[in-house]
Amino acid sequence: MKGGMVRGRSLSPASSRIAAWIAGALAVLCLALVNVGVYTYRIDFYFTGILVVVMINIILAVSLNLINGFTGQFSLGHAGFMAVGAYASALLTIYMEWPFPVVLIGAGIISALIGFLIGLPTLRLRGDYLAIATLGFGEIVRVVILNLKITGGPRGLGGIAPKTTFFIAEIVAILTVIIFSNIVKSSHGRAFVAIREDEIAAEAMGIDTTKYKVLAFSIGAAFAGIAGALFAHHQMFIDPRSFTFTRSIEILVMVVLGGLGSISGSIVAATVLTILPEALRGIAQYRMIAYALLLIGLMLIRPQGLFGTKEIGDLFRLGQRQGNEGRRAQADGGEGQ
Amino acid sequence: MLIVEELNVFYGGIHALKEVSFQVKEGEIMTLIGANGAGKTTTLKAISGLIRGRSGSIRYNGEDIASMPAHQIVRKGLSQVPEGRRVFADMSVAENLTLGAYHRKEAISIKSDLEWVYQLFPRLAERQQQMAGTLSGGEQQMLAIGRGLMSHPKLLLLDEPSMGLAPLLVKEIFEIIREINSTGVTILLVEQNAHMALSVADTAYVMETGRVVLSGRAAEVAANAQVRAAYLGA
Repeated sequence: MKGGMVRGRSLSPASSRIAAWIAGALAVLCLALVNVGVYTYRIDFYFTGILVVVMINIILAVSLNLINGFTGQFSLGHAGFMAVGAYASALLTIYMEWPFPVVLIGAGIISALIGFLIGLPTLRLRGDYLAIATLGFGEIVRVVILNLKITGGPRGLGGIAPKTTFFIAEIVAILTVIIFSNIVKSSHGRAFVAIREDEIAAEAMGIDTTKYKVLAFSIGAAFAGIAGALFAHHQMFIDPRSFTFTRSIEILVMVVLGGLGSISGSIVAATVLTILPEALRGIAQYRMIAYALLLIGLMLIRPQGLFGTKEIGDLFRLGQRQGNEGRRAQADGGEGQ
Repeated sequence: MLIVEELNVFYGGIHALKEVSFQVKEGEIMTLIGANGAGKTTTLKAISGLIRGRSGSIRYNGEDIASMPAHQIVRKGLSQVPEGRRVFADMSVAENLTLGAYHRKEAISIKSDLEWVYQLFPRLAERQQQMAGTLSGGEQQMLAIGRGLMSHPKLLLLDEPSMGLAPLLVKEIFEIIREINSTGVTILLVEQNAHMALSVADTAYVMETGRVVLSGRAAEVAANAQVRAAYLGA
């Protein structure tokens, strides 16, 4: 706390709002540059494809963060919901020939329904037990897909029209971030965080904890489904191997690395972790080792993730909070604890 | 106001509450005292809906709330300040208090309750933006009570408010409990610190291994030879 006092340089609310605004403006600028690059073909098709995956991963990470980060319910089944959305959307496109936006919404609704049905019984479980149950769900989805005729079984499902353009992926990702930021800031958002902080206290406050846990789970599942739909129409071919347990772990790593409870963190981590394996191609066979070492190193240095529970705008407000702590340390004289 | 009759609660095979009956009258401070493991906290949890009894009735203003979910019971004006404070550590003092009023819609009366809480606990007013986890034990207890008051309760259930606090701070907390009661909030106080509890309460029930073994006016209970020997160290 002494350190806090030394660094305790308070920023006025106005200046921290300007800082948040600058952070937002920088993000928009980056995105604009990428767009110019894509549309003037300065970024090649290969890399544009990676950018689409970045957008899909942002949607996956942000939506899982609502469940794992904000509400504190440890789910390992995100790939399962992604698979549901991917297959549902592919079938809707192939057999119903619905327009793509409708297909996306349909995939979201179907995944949300499944999330609701799975969430209702499993969310009574806590911690490790919930993790195991959701893990089981993900595997069940995969095994069911593997054995159904309509999904093509282990041979996969091909011939899906390539409807996921960079533009669409980008728009859906932006919408996702806006929607989740608003959910988190609303009074519902406070209920989610209260459940994470202390479920019993949240219940004693009059928060219907079951309802909110199932709600977080269903919303998270809906967007995982939409991400799955984008994925299916980007790859044009899906098979059960794309949605294994490893996939759920990849998304979880993005959420934990970015910070449980930070949307900005999820965006940054999803972007970095998607591009990094490509950037490391120079060192060929060692790249996965480098990637793993980076993860271990980062967790040792910042176990709370890149952003902790803070957002980009909050980072500029840090000085103020530490200032408060410093003041408290001064005022807190001789009281029994 | 609150009538509990023949309440039985089990934790798996363990019979935690055995035929517990008592009542809380409107406007009073009722205290439930007893040693560790006597079933005091279990009783409170059963009332606020955090656990379910196997049999027996819990009636609040004539309505049976024994099978009502916790979040609906809070809406009826019954608010619990849980044992061990349980403040939301990563939220500010102000956010904790706002969550206390979670189920309420009327902005004006929420604001006046907030002002009242800050008046009761000036130290919370000074630390509005501080993270609750960085408060001292006494301040966290104040915050937990303040958060409980933000739901505008008619009946406040307090679970061990003196736990882990220095004697001077305990006295301060109990004075505030009396002040809250004087504004018309009925209080059910669960305490191990029998001495302090009996000094502020109107009526008292003594619990031992899941049963109510003695009840009466607080002064009478405090004068009882057995109670004096077992809980007051006299």
